[in-house]
Amino acid sequence: MEERINHMEYLPGMEVIKSEIMDKVISYRNEYDKDNYTDEDVKCALQKDVLSPDDFAALLSPAALDHLEEMAQRAKVETNKHFGNSINMFTPLYISNYCENYCIYCGFNCHNKINRSCLNTEEIEHEMKAIAKTGLQEILILTGESRYKSDVKYIGEACKIARKYFKVIGVEVYPMNTDEYAYLHQCGVDYVTVFQETYNSDKYETLHLEGHKRIFPYRFDTQERAIMAGIRGVGLAALLGLDDFRKDAFATGMHGYLLQKKYPHAEIAFSCPRLRPIINNEKINPKDVHERQLLQIICAYRIFMPFASITISTREREGFRNNVINIAATKISAGVKVDIGSHDEESQHAKGDGQFEISDKRNVEEVFNAILEKGLQPVMSDYIYV
Amino acid sequence: MNNQKDLLTIGGHEFTSRFILGSGKYSLDLINAAVKNAGAQMITLALRRANGGKVANILDYIPKNVTLLPNTSGARNAEEAVRIARISRELGCGDFVKIEIIRDTKYLLPDNAETIKATEILAKEGFIVMPYMYPDLNTARDLKNAGAACIMPLGSPIGTNKGLCTKEFIQIIINEVDLPVIVDAGIGRPSQACEAMEMGAAAVMANTAIATAGDIPAMAEAFRKAIESGRTAYLSGLGRILNEGSSASSPITGFLQD
Repeated sequence: MEERINHMEYLPGMEVIKSEIMDKVISYRNEYDKDNYTDEDVKCALQKDVLSPDDFAALLSPAALDHLEEMAQRAKVETNKHFGNSINMFTPLYISNYCENYCIYCGFNCHNKINRSCLNTEEIEHEMKAIAKTGLQEILILTGESRYKSDVKYIGEACKIARKYFKVIGVEVYPMNTDEYAYLHQCGVDYVTVFQETYNSDKYETLHLEGHKRIFPYRFDTQERAIMAGIRGVGLAALLGLDDFRKDAFATGMHGYLLQKKYPHAEIAFSCPRLRPIINNEKINPKDVHERQLLQIICAYRIFMPFASITISTREREGFRNNVINIAATKISAGVKVDIGSHDEESQHAKGDGQFEISDKRNVEEVFNAILEKGLQPVMSDYIYV
Repeated sequence: MNNQKDLLTIGGHEFTSRFILGSGKYSLDLINAAVKNAGAQMITLALRRANGGKVANILDYIPKNVTLLPNTSGARNAEEAVRIARISRELGCGDFVKIEIIRDTKYLLPDNAETIKATEILAKEGFIVMPYMYPDLNTARDLKNAGAACIMPLGSPIGTNKGLCTKEFIQIIINEVDLPVIVDAGIGRPSQACEAMEMGAAAVMANTAIATAGDIPAMAEAFRKAIESGRTAYLSGLGRILNEGSSASSPITGFLQD
């Protein structure tokens, strides 16, 4: 195998911002000893109004699993305090699945033989029309990470079309430079999400073998570049199960915490994806992250950063999602189709394969009703683009 | 826990004492005893008082090993505060300056907007700026960005001895702003100073509480002990409040699988 490039060194064209956050997060992660926390630490943390990073660490420790019910009760109180009974609904739209990265756990990776496709503007509009008909007002535009097949202008065009049909537009695409985010913001984008996958840079290096995604620090500073460009909110996540999930959850929380501290106006959102099986690789399965652990992490995020948005993925089953929105999650996707071009029913067949398998296949109406049944309130748009 | 290493650092200067003593409201001949009993290493000085004229000069009564913290009291806007600070430096009072900008003679509440302006100017001129402010998070952040060396939120209106009326807001600043937070104004009792320290305040500044006490040097000592006690409690990590019975609410985690 040919020698892999240094994953800590920027490639030409990648903007370098001088930020201290990455070093801080990595050092928090390195110093986190999950077995160092006791029952008493967890109880102490749960009694505080405002939690310190160390309290957050306690809530993510194995010791806290015995207090999951108390954590859930506290999380529910915090969620209510900050969000009332509102649950935001949205759907992701995959417009392209070409990818230049080789990430060994991902179905989109450039060596995986799947059907590739990139929707043209007409097809994008068809898909968006179909989604808008369901009543959704928030859309998350996704691509595989190919600057060649889906360049910034292409994504910008998709966002401009989205503005005709939706009130809230987010993107989950490859990391960009500040000026590119500023352009996307002009095109209507208010939210940028990029997952760091794992905050262990050594592990990261062994999972992301080729492509620009291999560059760990450039990806890490994505949210900050987006905020600097005027983007209102940023999403972050670790893909739980890639490495020590407790350390990664801790790092994710600290990343959000430090961003919020540095940019108090920025809205912070957490996602909590677990590894899912992908096409052509049966070996991949979530490692140690069972539902109990996942709920623990979600509750810890909520209690540590009560005001943050937490999205619950369609990777999880219906029963889990229905209950988690009653405890800590504030945002839920519905009518999710990860295959390219599959929202528009007239087109019969998807044009490209999906990134991973989803678990909750309910359409918008079904999720809408499930939210109501929990005594919660589905919210389609909570923001205004200015 | 090693108290020997627990230093208060302001603008690169280190102090073992976390009690900043005021000098404005009591007889000059008591200053020495008060400073000694307070264990204070920093004492405020109203620059407008520093020119002795016919009466004694306060500067002559302040022990030489104590850091002077000249304040800009009397300033009604940023421009005046800047002018007073510059005069203070010229008079040899050092680089520390406590910004006090007050344009309300009834409640003596500080003007946050003008304080930010003055902080920015003086920090650029190399002063170690300690701004007195009304506890507002946005202002605290602006002060930090303007170059403040610490944040000095008021506990209650100056001179009232009412204690930590603004507790919640001071706590927010302590939680959010990475600068020493020194509770200034309104602290009337040692127990209140102790409480401020338990919250994580870096230091307490008091003047009226001591000046209006029956025995000034003794009260200075009481404050010193309270501040040390609160600091130790903060560093030790407060224990939780124990519930007598558990709250009964129906479980919400019964749905979990695998």
